[in-house]
Amino acid sequence: MVIEVRDLVKVYDGTTAVDRLSFTAARGEILGLLGPNGAGKTTAIQTLLGIIEPTAGDIRIFGQDIRTHREFILQRANFSSAYVSLPQNLRVMDNLHVFARIYGVDNWREKATGLLRLFEIDRLAARKTGQLSSGESTRLHLCKALLNDPELLLLDEPTASLDPDIADKVRKLLRRIQRERGITILYTSHNMREIEEICDRVIFLHHGRKIAEGPPREVIARFNQQSLEQVFIRIARDGELQEADTKPAS
Amino acid sequence: MNLRRISALLLRYLLLYRQSWTRVMEIFFWPVMDLLVWGFLTNYLINVGAGHVPALVTFLIGSMIFWDLLYRAQQGVTISFLEDVWARNLLNIFVAPVTITEFLVATFALGIIKVLVNGLVLAALAWALYAFNVFQLGFTLIPFVLSLMLMGWAMGMATVALIMRWGHAAEALAWGIPFLVQPLSAVFYPVNVLPAWLQPVAWAMPCTYVFEGMREALRTGQAPWEMFWWSLGLNIVYLAAAAVFFRHLFGIVRARGLLGKLGAE
Repeated sequence: MVIEVRDLVKVYDGTTAVDRLSFTAARGEILGLLGPNGAGKTTAIQTLLGIIEPTAGDIRIFGQDIRTHREFILQRANFSSAYVSLPQNLRVMDNLHVFARIYGVDNWREKATGLLRLFEIDRLAARKTGQLSSGESTRLHLCKALLNDPELLLLDEPTASLDPDIADKVRKLLRRIQRERGITILYTSHNMREIEEICDRVIFLHHGRKIAEGPPREVIARFNQQSLEQVFIRIARDGELQEADTKPAS
Repeated sequence: MNLRRISALLLRYLLLYRQSWTRVMEIFFWPVMDLLVWGFLTNYLINVGAGHVPALVTFLIGSMIFWDLLYRAQQGVTISFLEDVWARNLLNIFVAPVTITEFLVATFALGIIKVLVNGLVLAALAWALYAFNVFQLGFTLIPFVLSLMLMGWAMGMATVALIMRWGHAAEALAWGIPFLVQPLSAVFYPVNVLPAWLQPVAWAMPCTYVFEGMREALRTGQAPWEMFWWSLGLNIVYLAAAAVFFRHLFGIVRARGLLGKLGAE
């Protein structure tokens, strides 16, 4: 297993953000972490990345504890989020240069150029990052996330600012890269169609607790709904619902 | 500690200056304006004193330059951190295999570069405009400047810890904290000018020994090494205290998930 999380708990000032969360992710698997705002997705991801200290529980990535092997794990992982940016005043290539150096990427220029080409933004290499559109910026961020050939990729709403055409291209590209390289991806999104398309398995969180887990089709069937979006809506509105209680969403 | 990662972070800060003339000007603008004010004030005091004001009054120019070096060392740490906050790049840095020590060392290195560049520019201007030669202190200058940098780093570390803990609301501390220290550390006047009850506070500041030492060196022509050793000793204590303080607050920041909030706001 690439990710092994056991009984993860995170409590902030008396509020439980993540409540006894356990899950695993296998090599080459795309796992969707879903849930309404405040469900605990971001806390779970940031705890996995070692920037939040868990209250209790164990996190092992590549078989190692994140608390004691942070550098080893982060050298083999990467992260992209719609909510963080790369320095706007630096040129696209300069940003990739800095991160290539941080990760110790050999032949960084060749690697960066290849990734920019892959995401169809190679023409922007000399442009300042602040001059990119949000879609171009998101694709640049994905280039950064792939610079070190990660074995684990944590993507927090990576297509949030993309138009449907580019979002579709990015999803297909991510799928292709994941198949070719066997990367494990932990993926969060509020776009349930996207999740159905890209994820092998999903975990639904509500108030920090895992309330459903399985391949998207199985989860949809188990909750007696037509789509993952309907499951999401039911969970958001009746968070404590049990699988047996479910009825089709109106 | 990985030198490649430190150099990568340093490269990121240097590239930022290459891309932004306003940032480059910001480094020089305020110190040059300060130098002009203090330089002309010094000239005025000498002229109006007509021989009654000792030539030693030129120490005001040296004090201003030394103060700026301390300030630049502190800013090297704090503004570099804030650049990553403002750019929403903080999470990218901390989800990379960068350690907090590597991050701080990179900002210290940037502080050294700023101090060197700024120091040379101000020294050249002071000599050209006011015939004040900061190098008249000779090699004594080097350890004293080093001591100022150490204090700047200690203040910078403590400031970054406070900003991490209290977020954007605490950003003003990046500029405010040095000026909290300035009136108490005998930058432009000797310690004995301060009220008696404040003098022990002044002598608890490492930079006080540097400024007093500079004045003594200009007056006597002798290097006041005792002052330097006191300054160095206090700096070691301050750096250790700042490191403990930083570690403590960083623990709180990780426990409360504040880094993610600061990095994405």
